[in-house]
Amino acid sequence: MFNMVNSIYNMRLLDDLARKETTIHKIHPLVKLLTTLVYVTAVVSYGKYEISSLLPYVFYPVLIFAFAELPLVPIMKRVLLVQPLIIGIGILNPVFDNYTVMLSGMAISRGWITFLSILIKSGLTVTVSILLIATTGMDKLALALRMLRIPKIFVLQLLLTYRYISVLIEEVLRMMRAYSLRAPRQKGIHRSVWGSLAGQLILRTFERAQRIYQSMSLRGFEGEYNTGEPTPVSFRDCIYLVGWNLFFIIARIYNIPMLIGLLITGVIK
Amino acid sequence: MSHHKLEVRKLRFSYPDGHVAVKDISFTIHHGEAVGIIGANGAGKSTLLMLLMGVLFPDVGEVLVGDVRVTKKTLPMIRQRLGMVFQDPDDQLFMPTVYDDVAFGPRNYKLDENEVESRVNMALELVGITHLKDRASYKLSGGEKRAASIASILSMQPDVLIMDEPTSALDPQARRRVIGLLKSFEHTKIITSHDLDMVLDTCKRIIIIKEGEIMADGAAAEILTNRVLLEDCGLEMPLSLQNCPLCGIVKA
Ligand SMILES: Nc1ncnc2c1ncn2[C@@H]1O[C@H](COP(=O)(O)OP(=O)(O)OP(=O)(O)O)[C@@H](O)[C@H]1O
Ligand SMILES: [Mg+2]
Repeated sequence: MFNMVNSIYNMRLLDDLARKETTIHKIHPLVKLLTTLVYVTAVVSYGKYEISSLLPYVFYPVLIFAFAELPLVPIMKRVLLVQPLIIGIGILNPVFDNYTVMLSGMAISRGWITFLSILIKSGLTVTVSILLIATTGMDKLALALRMLRIPKIFVLQLLLTYRYISVLIEEVLRMMRAYSLRAPRQKGIHRSVWGSLAGQLILRTFERAQRIYQSMSLRGFEGEYNTGEPTPVSFRDCIYLVGWNLFFIIARIYNIPMLIGLLITGVIK
Repeated sequence: MSHHKLEVRKLRFSYPDGHVAVKDISFTIHHGEAVGIIGANGAGKSTLLMLLMGVLFPDVGEVLVGDVRVTKKTLPMIRQRLGMVFQDPDDQLFMPTVYDDVAFGPRNYKLDENEVESRVNMALELVGITHLKDRASYKLSGGEKRAASIASILSMQPDVLIMDEPTSALDPQARRRVIGLLKSFEHTKIITSHDLDMVLDTCKRIIIIKEGEIMADGAAAEILTNRVLLEDCGLEMPLSLQNCPLCGIVKA
């Protein structure tokens, strides 16, 4: 039970974090969105055997964590939530691709390398996406999407889904609470009431979603989610945008860890 | 000013499951009137308010705001003039912070951000929750949520204020504050409540509803002292009008 309450608070954790006022939070949402997009594209574009050249991309999330003063553990927990899915997708690679390569004296199946590469890439991209929400907030993000001329209907869909998920979870929570208070000494919910609970849940969530929508339209809502006037993109924002993107692109073109390695070994020679 | 008049003619409404929640209700509310709508649980008060706001549409009859009939087409215009506070504040608070919630209405009417800010601050001050401005609304207590939901309507500066049980779940001081607030709002107001003392305090006129029909419509002083009528409708006289059990003063 307590876990459920916790998970709700956790669910809104990103909203809470998004309200901080650090340097990163103050960066224009559009800039952060674009930076994240470029980052994700760059990381995803690497070949399936690349590992070492992905290293420089760790910089970005690490710096965001530091400068936006975000808690590491709860956010990484969310990233891990997605990992089983990725493992499911990638786990067959070692089986199919069993051509072995020699890596510093060890024979390794190439499949394992692709598997690791997939894990790293997904870890990085999921992390930066969560960081984007945690430093920007869903509503500002929606604003940024609108600035990119994404159709109103899609943005709205995204926002309402995000909002209604919490409605759904709260409804589950209430029902679980009502149930467990009248059925003490029971672990979980008995099979015999699953059906009616699920039915109730759908109806209730539907009703509540409808009432929320009503209260929105009573206050003049007509499909455009107004979250205040967008602040103009400042000079600092531009620097942030250009700086990071240059870094991502350079890291994509040149294998920085290898260059550094060469440099060091060159010096030693 | 006739355009602030609110008229209800022969309203009848049934829910999709066939339950007739409102049967043949008619009344007229004039500008500046404060009307309390009372009745037992399930009498149809909330349903009636939904009909006034055009959230639900009647099977028979019509609602007129000023001289305009409430239809799908006139809704945007109507809703700018009527503000409604829901029975459950959770239904009304959906933005990340209290500030954003209170600003939601004004922003939808495309006011410029300075005007929005001044309206939000004014509304928050009126209900006395300026200190909660940057809090997340899901973390507030029941009473604080209520105050925030009232502020989110006040910021739209409606001509008619409609409230469904505004004082339920409030502590005595917060309740006092809401009552004070209601009294200070000079425009038309329509309030449903089971808090009959509050109704007595804020409304000059009372409409009693029982099973979807009007049982009485008249001056508060008369209706709220009519014990037989009230008890017949599942209600009770306001405590402030009842005999005092401690000191023995007999009022009725
Ligand atoms: N969505 C619905 N579907 C079917 N019937 C409904 C629905 N909502 C309410 N009703 C029924 O309509 C009647 C009037 O409900 P309403 O909510 O208007 O009562 P109320 O006077 O506001 O009561 P309360 O004082 O408890 O808030 C009730 O008998 C209720 O059972
Ligand atoms: Mg009601």
